[in-house]
Amino acid sequence: MAIKRRDLLKLGGLTLIGTAASAAVGGVYTKPQEALKGSRWALAIDVVKCKENRATCGLKCVEVCHSLHNVPSIPDKKKEIKWIWEEKFEHAFPEHEANYYLNEKLHDTPFLLLCNHCDNPPCVRVCPTKATFKREDGIVMMDYHRCIGCRFCMAACPYGARSFNWIDPRPFIAKVNPEYPSRMKGVVEKCTLCYERIAEGKIPACVEACPAKAIVFGDLKNPNDEINKILKERIAIRRKEELTTYPSVFYLIG
Amino acid sequence: MIEKALTGSKKYWLWLAFLGTLIFIGFLCYLLQWKIGLGITGMSRDVSWGFYIANFTFLVGVAASAVMVVLPYYWHNYKDFGKITVLGEFLAISAVLMCMLFIFVDLGQPNRVLNVLRYPTPNSVFFFDACVLSGYLLLNLLCGWTVLHAEYKGTKYPSWLKPFIYLAILWAPSIHIVTAFIYQGIPGRHFWLTAIMAPRFLASAFSAGPALIIILALLLKRVANFDAGQKAIQTLAKIVTYAFVLNLLFFFFEVFTAFYSGIQSHQAPIKYLFAGLHGHAEWVPFMWASYILAFIALILLVIPATRKNETTLAVACLSVFIAAWIDKGIGLITGGYTPTPFETITPYRPTLPEIGIAIGIWALGFFVLTILYKIALGVKESKELRVKYQGVLIKK
Repeated sequence: MAIKRRDLLKLGGLTLIGTAASAAVGGVYTKPQEALKGSRWALAIDVVKCKENRATCGLKCVEVCHSLHNVPSIPDKKKEIKWIWEEKFEHAFPEHEANYYLNEKLHDTPFLLLCNHCDNPPCVRVCPTKATFKREDGIVMMDYHRCIGCRFCMAACPYGARSFNWIDPRPFIAKVNPEYPSRMKGVVEKCTLCYERIAEGKIPACVEACPAKAIVFGDLKNPNDEINKILKERIAIRRKEELTTYPSVFYLIG
Repeated sequence: MIEKALTGSKKYWLWLAFLGTLIFIGFLCYLLQWKIGLGITGMSRDVSWGFYIANFTFLVGVAASAVMVVLPYYWHNYKDFGKITVLGEFLAISAVLMCMLFIFVDLGQPNRVLNVLRYPTPNSVFFFDACVLSGYLLLNLLCGWTVLHAEYKGTKYPSWLKPFIYLAILWAPSIHIVTAFIYQGIPGRHFWLTAIMAPRFLASAFSAGPALIIILALLLKRVANFDAGQKAIQTLAKIVTYAFVLNLLFFFFEVFTAFYSGIQSHQAPIKYLFAGLHGHAEWVPFMWASYILAFIALILLVIPATRKNETTLAVACLSVFIAAWIDKGIGLITGGYTPTPFETITPYRPTLPEIGIAIGIWALGFFVLTILYKIALGVKESKELRVKYQGVLIKK
């Protein structure tokens, strides 16, 4: 059926009205007031507590994160997608391998790995479409709709924090959470520090889910925040500090 | 001029049909990838670039190498390159075309490829790579075609073309330097994070590219009755020799830095490639084959007698080409990804459909190259004909 000129004009008019209306409504809807406010979000992971409770916790942090964000469980290790996962110390900190004494102390300690939300993120620097970008509060975001799937960010990330959808992930999601979008094949994804929960005034899911309260979430720029007190009192290390990407995930080891 | 490509011997059409079949097979493999996704390849979470990007990287060098014939001819007025200059330019066109296709097939969301232009991101090396590649393609199309068309008309190329020719000469190394920067500028990948990456790229390009031009020139002498001239081929052979010696030296510098410094993380990729690491030795035979070929080529090229002999020169050039392809293709990519950021090893092997797509793209490149060369040689040949007397062609 051919479109008549008259109909086309009508359609054009409607589109204009629609655009104007959405612009007007967009002005009304501002950020929800209850959103958490911070200038530099960070996580401190207490590996001592984590180790003590590891036998009983059942890795709740991973389970909750993955089910909340529709992260598929793909059995093929080469194609797997993960946002937060457990890794041995020597894999998480290969540069500390040489330090035998530290290594022995931390032997068998589980390390939770996730996107480090770096201050100076190499993935953001290399992305050719700004599909991955850093927010003002430090969260490194991922736009699945703009990503062209070139995987430059994966090559650039020194922490192996990014996953790529080599195949359609949807058949591998056991129970779909309708509140969060699932991804399509051919795009990169990773942890986004639960930006969607922060916008609703909630803390990240992994922090909330940990039965041992081993993960602390806070604002590094706020001197009164609990995370700053902890980082002052305890000994914390970050992954591959020599690369000066300044990760915002701190591991409390002593 | 295009009409020159439409007439040809039976061999010409058979060759095109053969390439066409390979392109078709590659296309079918690509349809499978389009449907299922990049999951049909051997790439993984840990080795997220593979055969496609490897071939892209290598072919950028081939494209850039055209400058090795263009520069002496236009810049230094080296007349002996007159006949092969257009061959270099047309090789660059088909090589850039292959590069673009290799990037395209490597995208997870190919329908979004224009996002690179819609959201220009100057901090990404990819953005510059897209710019320099397409610019280089246009420059070579413009220069090669205009010069050839002038020859077709029996005149000298117009003077407005000069600035474009000089721009193309300056542009050529940039495409390879920018491609090297893709690797050279990212932290945490020990094998790539080295300032000598761009020089290495240029040295390998300026040896492998002219080596291919020599092979093609020697081939055209046999199949198309086209003689590029002994002097042109010998000059190119010297260019290949010097660039290849530099290429091998640069590799030695890398090995020295990694092993004399004693930093294990820098040694690990080299160990993985040449000796195997943690029981993984997937690419060891390939890497040794590459360096044995390199050694053979080096001897054949350095000794004047074997460099001047066309048969041994052809063997040397073929060795250079294959050695550089293995080294820059397979070695560079897998060496960069192995060991992983966790210092573990995830082996990578290209799958059959992945290889099929790659062969299809190479075939397409050679298809375009054949047609362009057919046109170029047709024009050059027709200029050599002076008179047609009673059905007999009498040459100039």
